[in-house]
Amino acid sequence: MAALLEVRGLVKNFPVRTDLFGRVKSFVSAVDEVDFDLHEGETLGVVGESGCGKSTTARLLLHLIEPTAGTIRFEGRTVGTAELPWKAFRRQVQMVFQDSYASLNPRLTVAESIAFGPMVHGLSRREAEARANALLERVGLEPNRIAGRFTHELSGGQRQRVNIARALALHPRVLVLDEAVSALDKSVEAQVLNLLLDLKEEFRLTYLFISHDLEVVRFMATRVLVMYLGRVAELGPTEALYTGSRHPYTTALLGSLLSMDPDRRTDAAPISGDPPNPIDPPAGCRFHTRCASAEPVCAARHPALTVLGGGHAVACHMSEPGSGHSRAAGRAA
Amino acid sequence: MSATAEGPVLDIRGLRVTFTGGARPVRAVDDVSLAIARGEVVALLGESGSGKSVTLRSVLRLHPPRKTRIEGTIRVDGTDVMTLEGAALAAFRGKGASMIFQEPMLALDPVYSVGDQIVEAILRHERMSRAQARQRALEWFEHVRIPSPERRLEAYPHEMSGGMRQRAMIALALACNPKLLLADEPTTALDATVQVQILLLLRELQRELGLSMLFVTHDIGVAVEVADRIAVMYAGRIVEIGSVRDVIRTPRHPYTAGLLATRAHGGRLSGNRLPAIAGSPPDLANLPPGCAFAPRCGHAGESCMHEAPPVVAIGAGHEARCVLLKTAA
Repeated sequence: MAALLEVRGLVKNFPVRTDLFGRVKSFVSAVDEVDFDLHEGETLGVVGESGCGKSTTARLLLHLIEPTAGTIRFEGRTVGTAELPWKAFRRQVQMVFQDSYASLNPRLTVAESIAFGPMVHGLSRREAEARANALLERVGLEPNRIAGRFTHELSGGQRQRVNIARALALHPRVLVLDEAVSALDKSVEAQVLNLLLDLKEEFRLTYLFISHDLEVVRFMATRVLVMYLGRVAELGPTEALYTGSRHPYTTALLGSLLSMDPDRRTDAAPISGDPPNPIDPPAGCRFHTRCASAEPVCAARHPALTVLGGGHAVACHMSEPGSGHSRAAGRAA
Repeated sequence: MSATAEGPVLDIRGLRVTFTGGARPVRAVDDVSLAIARGEVVALLGESGSGKSVTLRSVLRLHPPRKTRIEGTIRVDGTDVMTLEGAALAAFRGKGASMIFQEPMLALDPVYSVGDQIVEAILRHERMSRAQARQRALEWFEHVRIPSPERRLEAYPHEMSGGMRQRAMIALALACNPKLLLADEPTTALDATVQVQILLLLRELQRELGLSMLFVTHDIGVAVEVADRIAVMYAGRIVEIGSVRDVIRTPRHPYTAGLLATRAHGGRLSGNRLPAIAGSPPDLANLPPGCAFAPRCGHAGESCMHEAPPVVAIGAGHEARCVLLKTAA
């Protein structure tokens, strides 16, 4: 099956230190050689801790920041070229951000916010406002009560519904949801997750669902991408990954989930320490400084993403035949 | 003093906190009573605006007095916190009770080294030399397992990672051996792998030192990890309280039950819709006359809309504020 969206070799380095003459001295390697596909109709979950590059990946995808390197193809056409200009691409791919307040213009009413995009893309004001009202209804807000309000008059849950309506206003095919429910209370979060599932069916959407919450990702995603310090650590179908993780980092991350059972409290932390600073990240495998199974090869060389079958792939020397790690299989036949 | 040895370390009775700074008074906490025994950990669980942090902050009297009306009594190890003023209040903060905040980056002073801040706190409360205080700070850094503690004492907050900063704040909070530790979402800003480490550290210290702790969190999973008892708050009131097992396994208040059911835990609900609680929390400046949860409650009857629900005892130490339980009992 051809992918709807293909991301290849995505790299983003942020300059952090400049010398006296403005020359860059060091970089934050936020996203490094990230490859993934997004298939039509799926929900690809992206998980990882702060600084792992998941939000940067989302922003690069929509060209909100300039990538250092990499290509994005949508239905086989390279985005940002004459084949598919960014503006045309953004009609198809829209984003919902974590901060529902900061992502809406405080001087516009709810209806104006939602109608803004369609008007930029050529709809008349009347048509755009009719579309805004229909979408408000669809995301569970009464247009009569809500359309004329300003964002500060709404609750967090209502605001995030408005953001979802706005993202849908151009009839996109892909929604990038960057921690879209993380700021909401649990009781409201469940309502918005249910809404997202309904909308996905109704409008036949494809989701890139970025979250730090592993339980929520397990609930939403069909496939999961695990990132660590700017790189892909593991990728696979949700249940295969949650029940049979192969990367030590994924295993540690899943081991950090709290049991919710007073008789089975966590008694040991799966890994110690914090994620290292992404300025000058560790050489070789970026996880080797915290990995219990690390060997010299891990510090020397970056592990390639090895396909395990069933759509499951992992970037770990232990799973890479002939890598030189004592737990790896011999050279592949 | 000796009379309080067997009494609770924290005894809150009929606490009511009203913020009067805005256009309309906001009743953030209403009729909260809670006692914490020596060596006990109670988690105050609730969503934003439920009054959990306001309750916690009241114990240290952190609310601006001119814009806040506080009624009821709060006693910490026998000391009436409400009557403390000036120097007595300053002496109480940090020594009688101390607090760990959610954001150590904001709670710590950016222009002093972490070690200096701990030394300052110790010297404020204890009669000892600077060198002795420094030694005590170092011991606490070792206690909270900060690697290369001597070097880390010289570090400024921004030079530490998030997990390290939170460890430093725990050291600061415990440096004067407070009778009561207050924790305000201390792991919420941390990554999952770091959160577990901090929770385990707090639990270990609590056991080792026999700490009494009031732990505010919005995360049921966190409450289960650290607490002996859970008090669930909604719209300024404690709606259910009981042992962790009772509250998690047999929640009796419809809000607690709804909150537990709505969690997508362990992938059991993947592909289905979550059983969500409808609606959103009420406006605290405009609370409904009856049960504050009634407009969102699937079981609400006519009386729920008008009468404030009574506290109903369900089992040993298990109570909930719901009319339905009264008719069932």
